[in-house]
Amino acid sequence: MPVFNQSRSRFIRLIFLIALIIIVARLFYLQVVSDKYRRLANENAILRKTIYPPRGLLFDRKKKAVLNNTLTYDLMVTPALAKGIDTLLFCRLMEIDTAEFKKRMVNAIVKNSSQKPSVFEASLAASKYARIQENLWRFQNGFYIQERSIRSYPFNAGANILGYLSEVDTNYLKKHAEDGYVSGDYAGMTGIEASYEKALMGERGVQVLLKDNYSRIQGSYENGALDKEAVAGSNLYTSLDIELQQLGEKLMNNKVGSIVAIDPKTGSIIAMVSSPTYDPGLLTGAERQKNFSKLYTDPRLPLLNRAVNAAYSPGSTFKTLQALVGLHEGVITTNTTFGCSGAFYGCGSAKPMKCLDPGTFYLRTAITHSCNTYFANVMQRIINNPIFPSQDSSLRSWDNYMYAFGLGHRLGVDIPTEQKGNIPTPEYFNKVYGKGHWNYCTYRSVSIGQGEVNVTPLQVANEMAYIANKGWFIIPHIVDSIEGGDKFSLLEKYKKRNVPLPIPDSIFEAVHDGMQGVIEGGTGRGAKIPGIIMCGKTGTVENYYRGVKQPNHSFFCAFAPRENPKIAIMCVVQNSGRFGATYAAPIVSLMIEKYLNDTIAANRKGLEEKMAGINLIPTIMLQKMRSRDSLQRAKEEEKALKDDLKNIKDTLQSDENLSDIEIGPVKTKNNLPPKDNQDKMKLKNEMLAPNRQRQSAPVKKDSLKK
Amino acid sequence: MYQQKPTISKGIDWLMVWLYIILCLVGLICIFSVEYRGGGNIISGFLDFKKEYSKQFFFFGISLVVAVLILLTDSKFFTATANLSYLAGICLIMATFVVGKEVGGSKSWIPLGFMNIQPVELCKVFTSLAVAKYLSIPETNFQKTKSQLIAAAIAFTPAILSVLQKETGAAIVYLSFAIAFFREGLPVKYLVIFLSLVMLIIASIIIDPDTLLIILTALTALVIYLAKKRMRRNRNIIIIIGAVWLACVGVQKFLVPALFEKVLKPHQVVRIFSTFGIDDYKFKSKIRAAEIQKEYGKLGSSNKKSGEKSESYNVKQSKIAIGSGGFWGKGFLKGTQTSGDFVPAQNTDFIFSSVGESFGFWGSTTLVLLYFGMMLRIVFLAERQRSVFSRVYAYCVAGILFFHVVLNVYMTIGLAPSPGITLPFLSYGGSSLLTFTILLFILIKLDADRHMVLR
Repeated sequence: MPVFNQSRSRFIRLIFLIALIIIVARLFYLQVVSDKYRRLANENAILRKTIYPPRGLLFDRKKKAVLNNTLTYDLMVTPALAKGIDTLLFCRLMEIDTAEFKKRMVNAIVKNSSQKPSVFEASLAASKYARIQENLWRFQNGFYIQERSIRSYPFNAGANILGYLSEVDTNYLKKHAEDGYVSGDYAGMTGIEASYEKALMGERGVQVLLKDNYSRIQGSYENGALDKEAVAGSNLYTSLDIELQQLGEKLMNNKVGSIVAIDPKTGSIIAMVSSPTYDPGLLTGAERQKNFSKLYTDPRLPLLNRAVNAAYSPGSTFKTLQALVGLHEGVITTNTTFGCSGAFYGCGSAKPMKCLDPGTFYLRTAITHSCNTYFANVMQRIINNPIFPSQDSSLRSWDNYMYAFGLGHRLGVDIPTEQKGNIPTPEYFNKVYGKGHWNYCTYRSVSIGQGEVNVTPLQVANEMAYIANKGWFIIPHIVDSIEGGDKFSLLEKYKKRNVPLPIPDSIFEAVHDGMQGVIEGGTGRGAKIPGIIMCGKTGTVENYYRGVKQPNHSFFCAFAPRENPKIAIMCVVQNSGRFGATYAAPIVSLMIEKYLNDTIAANRKGLEEKMAGINLIPTIMLQKMRSRDSLQRAKEEEKALKDDLKNIKDTLQSDENLSDIEIGPVKTKNNLPPKDNQDKMKLKNEMLAPNRQRQSAPVKKDSLKK
Repeated sequence: MYQQKPTISKGIDWLMVWLYIILCLVGLICIFSVEYRGGGNIISGFLDFKKEYSKQFFFFGISLVVAVLILLTDSKFFTATANLSYLAGICLIMATFVVGKEVGGSKSWIPLGFMNIQPVELCKVFTSLAVAKYLSIPETNFQKTKSQLIAAAIAFTPAILSVLQKETGAAIVYLSFAIAFFREGLPVKYLVIFLSLVMLIIASIIIDPDTLLIILTALTALVIYLAKKRMRRNRNIIIIIGAVWLACVGVQKFLVPALFEKVLKPHQVVRIFSTFGIDDYKFKSKIRAAEIQKEYGKLGSSNKKSGEKSESYNVKQSKIAIGSGGFWGKGFLKGTQTSGDFVPAQNTDFIFSSVGESFGFWGSTTLVLLYFGMMLRIVFLAERQRSVFSRVYAYCVAGILFFHVVLNVYMTIGLAPSPGITLPFLSYGGSSLLTFTILLFILIKLDADRHMVLR
């Protein structure tokens, strides 16, 4: 029998062979053809851990660290190892109840599995840290404390300059796809933190680790051959004077406004105060989210950097520029005189612009006493100069001067979201009034810095630097140098001297004379500092809120000393209700004294305290704050505020709209923008509250000028 | 019965012995690599017998002793005690129902102190002997139903018992006796139809329909080539082959897809697919695809709830480990999947994945070739036997080995469901190693005495 079946042996061998071929083919597919399994294996077993380098620090001109790093301590838990601990004791130490404990444990397990550590409590408060540290051995394996680096602010000042860090959102990730951020990372969102993010963040390192089937780390992969060291963020060096900054913030306490001080020789910003400000430490650590929403909904807008983000009419401080243009155009000389019998009647039937001190002025005295009529005449001559064929061309020529002075466009400071301000253009008037239906008299209030002109405090300070330097400026900036070189070319534009116009020194001297007079015996006498020859100019800016006249803004800008100037400075106190000389001038004088003399003379300490003590928060904001605090309306208001803030954001993002809508025509009510736009705009202005409202009270504004 | 021979090496097939030793050493190396985690003293780990590689080395030593003892035994002993040992084996399996120790969810182990013995495993040896004994009786005629039934009863009684012990994996292996039956004249129709249908359906599930069509066609061509001599005599064969080919294509192209598309319920489809590790089957009907997707979702959540890793998880991890080895492998002790414990049961059922990861395509192919070399060698030895007993026994060994290797390797590379079958000589475990040693060395002994006629 067996013999007959011998051929079956061959068949059995064939079956074996087929099975073998299938195995080899499958192995070939799995191991050689397909890449999928190699990738899956890496996902399985290799963990690429990002090593975060410490962020760069920021130093002031005396090499004090203004922006520093500090350690915070997170309590971590590995739920699988935390079984059987004395929960009651633990809860007592942590000041939580057992329900909360359970909740957090469940959270941790859901988030990170019970095998891996998760944060039990972030940024432990000092007392809790001490208590838990002492008792940690009781909960040994389950809990441990992990250090984490966060920002610290040793001087607690300059919040708006420095900006804050925040967790990146999807939008940010999309925008910075190349920079290797992952969700959960922190990045600079405003201020210097944002502008110099690339330099500050340093280079991230990578540690390639092996993990096991529970994602527990087993050690480094291939002995760290693929690891990359992290490179610490670069430190930034600035000319900020942190003591001056602190003084500025103190002086502006309980006021809305801004101070900007620039070193005219370098363009470096020495101090930049935006008031009200906030404690930058609020936006680090565990309470960050809570504090942020509180600040975000504060009607005083502490998160808004008014030095670059708010635009005001410059008021009388603008007259210095008109003097420069007039002299350079040759329409006046230093000896040209205009009489003022109480107002400017150069526009015939139109309502006259008043001036306070009637008399006859030549340039120097006109600046000193801030004569409205004089400068209305100067600009009338500039605009109506017969060399220009049309109103359009004369205004455009004037515009070009203003652009050259750094107005009407972004200067390029190294703080994000800078505003352009506004300089009225022929196109704008053509659009509003129609071609040929407007002339100088339509916008004559611009000559004294009211009306359609808007500037940021930074632009005014830069304008002072320009005048102080007699014809040139360097774009204002915070950061002078970056440790390890300017790898990302962030500082290129701050090296160049801008000489926009060939205006001779003699013209500047004439303006300096006038500005020195302001301090010595003019409108700004209150700013005088013994032993320092300085030049300044006051401004009292009229402004309207929903067509209702609001208390004036107090402006003062100056530079000192007159020869070899070391500081160019401006200050605005919003809605202070008094003259520029009342609040802004003393504040500026204190700032200059502090900067030049490094201290404030004993006999002026009283002035410092007095200024710091004055509360000038506008009534509108106070009302809003009160209504916010009222529990009844809390919810409602919050929603309204959010809408407002959204509108503001829109505004900040599109200046074109702003200039088109906000600066209503002076005389014709008919040409007002559509109603809904107005309403929207009103909301915006309600929040920003500089003088942008002028729809219904077009004429009066020219009255009270100093 | 013991008969001392001065030269035990006489007539021994040394090739088999070397293959055996090589495979056992590979097994030790693999078990070591699965356990090794860097650091720690290897020597001390080895000596204190707490590590599995050191235990396996100990089992290997025992196995070698047993092997020598077998070689010293007279061949007649095996024929004489075949039926007795078979009965003893059955009794042993029965005993586990009473005194069995539960290992891995199955109460089929007998503890011996230093190691656990699984009677079902050991019973393969006795069953092989009994089957050989029965088939070598002259009265046996495979053309008769009675003989067929008795042979089947001998072969499958232990299997049925082990199914009762929830050791389906071990039971499946008993099907391997069909190979010996086939060689001894079991009508082909039983085997061929059954096996090819099973294989075809499995292949249709796993392999892309068009690829399978090509494979089937190629195989048909091969069969035609091998059968050309017969064909000259009988033209009908080509028609039969053609018909079979057509039937196969019909099954794989239409029947199986129809099963999945229409006949089976979604959860059944998902169960089959996850067993085979398929997650990219393209359904023609979108509604059907959506239903299946829903079932997958249910499966995922239910798996999480019970806290158990599903079968498909093991297979998937094993495939990842093997696939990530590439052509040359990651190198000895450098496998990330092995050192990270990603593959469950990696030193027992899934040991092949550690070879695949560390030594890549060349290593795993070489290992598979060693196994098939061994099997083909056994078939060769079988055919040179004079006595039917020895031949049948050899075919039983070849069949058992074949089933173990193919089912185990197919499982690790995701071609078959994972029934829990060890890889002979490599997998950790004294029971398995000892069984295969005895199985193989009885064969070697019988082969050494092939000039005797044994009954």
